[in-house]
Amino acid sequence: MDTTLLLEWTIKAVILIFILLTGFAYLTLMERKVLARIQVRLGPNRAGPYGLLQPVADGIKLLFKESIIPAKADKVIFVLAPLITVIPALVINAVLPWGRTVTVFGRQVSLYVANINVALLYVMAIASIAVYGVTLAGWSSNNKYALLGGLRSAAQMISYELALGLSLLGPVLLAGSLSLVDIVEAQRRMWYIVYQPLAAVIFFITSVAELNRAPFDLPEAEQELTAGYHTEYSGMKFALFYMAEYVKMITVSALFAVLFLGGYLGPFESQYPWLGPIYLVLKILVGLYVLIWLRATLPRFRYDQLMRLGWKVLFPLALLNVVVTAVIVVLMG
Amino acid sequence: MSKVLHDLKAIGKGLATTFRSMLEQPVTVQYPEEKRPVAKRYRGRHVLRRYENGLERCIGCSLCAAACPADAIFVEAAENTDERRFSPGERYAVVYEINYLRCIFCGYCEEACPTEAIVLTDQYELSFETRRDAIYTKERLLEPVPPEGQPTPQKTPPGVFVRSIPEDLTDFPVWKP
Repeated sequence: MDTTLLLEWTIKAVILIFILLTGFAYLTLMERKVLARIQVRLGPNRAGPYGLLQPVADGIKLLFKESIIPAKADKVIFVLAPLITVIPALVINAVLPWGRTVTVFGRQVSLYVANINVALLYVMAIASIAVYGVTLAGWSSNNKYALLGGLRSAAQMISYELALGLSLLGPVLLAGSLSLVDIVEAQRRMWYIVYQPLAAVIFFITSVAELNRAPFDLPEAEQELTAGYHTEYSGMKFALFYMAEYVKMITVSALFAVLFLGGYLGPFESQYPWLGPIYLVLKILVGLYVLIWLRATLPRFRYDQLMRLGWKVLFPLALLNVVVTAVIVVLMG
Repeated sequence: MSKVLHDLKAIGKGLATTFRSMLEQPVTVQYPEEKRPVAKRYRGRHVLRRYENGLERCIGCSLCAAACPADAIFVEAAENTDERRFSPGERYAVVYEINYLRCIFCGYCEEACPTEAIVLTDQYELSFETRRDAIYTKERLLEPVPPEGQPTPQKTPPGVFVRSIPEDLTDFPVWKP
């Protein structure tokens, strides 16, 4: 392996993490702004023009907050849990294709960190690790609210991961590959949301559940569990949980765009490969907007409703979708 | 099946409602720059009034302190003389303090006052950083001397300001030395 390639990967990884962290910061602002507008308010507008410095102010505030570890907490796990939550959220993005190959300083650079042939499997595997972070955070806090939140989170993620995985199989069957780059390239003729509307809906619903966001935010249902699994967290460790949640929002939107909305594809993309990332960012923004919009609209599910929807509706529908798609793919040759 | 359709329709209706409300003009009032008018009978911070000649209306009777349910008002009276006159009549308030940590803005002091000396205004921006600052002294409560009048204490001719409460509460004649 030559050193320039290694350097290229390192630079791409650093840029990706920078983009994700900036995206996280400004996604919090976007969420507050959109929620405010939906509630006929203005939202944060004091820190900088249009409140653009609000994420900086929040970050500095959290950085300087006292970080409290409860006396009876399991200290090692308590400190590790936010990291176990946040690192998978960042690492998933390595396989996201932001575009095709572009020329930078006379060198062919592909706009993804890694194009591995089992990318979707990798995504599913890494996404599952995040459950450990949330559950361990709830357990190590030695607090009943946190424990209940953590357990709910585990139960919810396990229930919805099945339907999520099955909904991913639709695009995989159509593209004949697990690589995200191949899946995007296979959508040149038509976006998969047209061929796989059911899979798209199931993927979206289950990924909202995976994100623990409204209307599936039972693990942090503040009315019952104060703050759920991160009740005892403060300062930067608390910020890490938020970071994980928002980075995962970006990831889920990006995955949705890649799997069903043609990823970086768009008009004139084949002539100008630099348009690819712009199209993907636009599609991600639409996804993020819908996530926030849902939060502003729908009330939280009850626990039994959540389980019923997951096991009795989404899981059979996803199975059915896989079977029908497979049969059609075989019949069409 | 029809129940599912019904539920989906309800969700769609909800999403449409929230989307429409996003297009509405925000109702937020940008407070420090933009202030809403207060109600006509708004009860804000007190002011101690003067007559047009500059004499203080307060005669130190302590009826306001007696009426105050929160015990927020403290009045200490002293004797007026024609050499050093603060208010008409025999006595004036040498100490007049309102503790805004106690005051509940009920307006009973205003109703109790026989000379309409204490009045609640529409000022509501009452922030302070220490408990000491929360106690407004007489100097902070007194309204400025009107253009026709003189600052207190005044030197007044004998026999003019005998009554503590004027015949008609409107005013004393403007008096110039």
